Amino acid sequence: MNAAALFGLCAAALVGVGVYGFIVNPQPLRKILAFNVVGSGVFLLFGAIARRGGALGWGGDPVPQALLITGIVVAFAATALAVTLLLRLADEADSVTLASDAPAPAGPDAARDA
Amino acid sequence: MIDALNAGIALLVLGLAIWTIVAPDTFAAIVGYVAYGLLLTLAWVALRGVDVALTEAAIGGGLTGVLLLRAAAKLRRTEAASNAERPGLPTRLAAAIVAGGVAVALAIVVLAPAGPAPTLVPEVAANIAATGVGNPITAVLLAFRAIDTLLEAIVLLFALIGVWSLAPDRVWGGRPGPRYRADPDGILAYLARLLPPIGIIVGIYIFWIGADLPGGKFQGATILAAMWLLAMMAGLADAPPVSRRRLRVALVAGPAVFIAVGAAGVATAGAFLAYPEGLAKPLILVIEWALLPSLALTLGLIMAGAPERPEDR
Repeated sequence: MNAAALFGLCAAALVGVGVYGFIVNPQPLRKILAFNVVGSGVFLLFGAIARRGGALGWGGDPVPQALLITGIVVAFAATALAVTLLLRLADEADSVTLASDAPAPAGPDAARDA
Repeated sequence: MIDALNAGIALLVLGLAIWTIVAPDTFAAIVGYVAYGLLLTLAWVALRGVDVALTEAAIGGGLTGVLLLRAAAKLRRTEAASNAERPGLPTRLAAAIVAGGVAVALAIVVLAPAGPAPTLVPEVAANIAATGVGNPITAVLLAFRAIDTLLEAIVLLFALIGVWSLAPDRVWGGRPGPRYRADPDGILAYLARLLPPIGIIVGIYIFWIGADLPGGKFQGATILAAMWLLAMMAGLADAPPVSRRRLRVALVAGPAVFIAVGAAGVATAGAFLAYPEGLAKPLILVIEWALLPSLALTLGLIMAGAPERPEDR
């Protein structure tokens, strides 16, 4: 098996592992982490495609590889924004639950909704 | 031999990915994620994507890992309550079926006998000489697909604006993060004095060599940002107040120069972000030198987080 197929399969498994963790883990921070595992799996899959596109003695297709660099940086930006949102939520609400039946925070809105 | 090595890397990567999902302790899971990012770097080298490997090591494993670790430390008190909401067996089973289905579908696509792989190598090879740079990735990032790189730099800026706008009203315009205090004779302060001179040279080297060999401004800027963060965490430097005008000008300068060069292309070469013949290399250098400090500042400040204290504290 060549490297492109091997890491392509590895990437498929990574996406699966990440999706499972994203659904099952109740902690928002762990969901962000799982989302990053999904992302890196997608990147690796694209990398395997770039490797298959190698020609003329070049190891890989530079166009997808350049897009991957852009993708990794944008994924970092999204993660940083998500983490900061989460930290602000923890500051304000003292809990970071995503459960739909969580006790509503005390406030004028909560009183009206109840 | 190489096949066995690659298979070993793939298995380790997969094992660590599973660890980051199942580890009961969030801190342990994130440490696993950092190791996962570093091992993924080896996978990128095996796929002949050394530029991507550098980015993954610096940003995917490094910066993201530090970001998550710090968040995990702050959220530790909420962990037990969140864990009590773990879904029951039916949900977990359904999730496993969905995740397994996605993985199998992707695996089928990977293994499906495909025709000749689509590739843009011949086009890049035919036109790279016109850009004057030797590294095809840099040629794609700054000439053939320069619009992606411009938008990427702007996305980073937007992310920073998003992070800042999460500051509570009373500290708006203040300094991000806590004021770190470390033992001035301790190992952290020692490393924060010892490493930055080396790190700054390595960062600028990786940036400069990117024209012809693997490297580039994003990887270099990440190393520079990491050195700045190290000095901040050791208490040797303080994060600047985000309302400071000079700081904001420095953040916007890189993308602004990029846009200006792009707009000049309309007049001189007939299209936005087109370079006049023979001037491609100097213009690419201008853009890269303008972007490097802006990117390093943006990455460092995204890591530092939302403003948490007024300017004078």
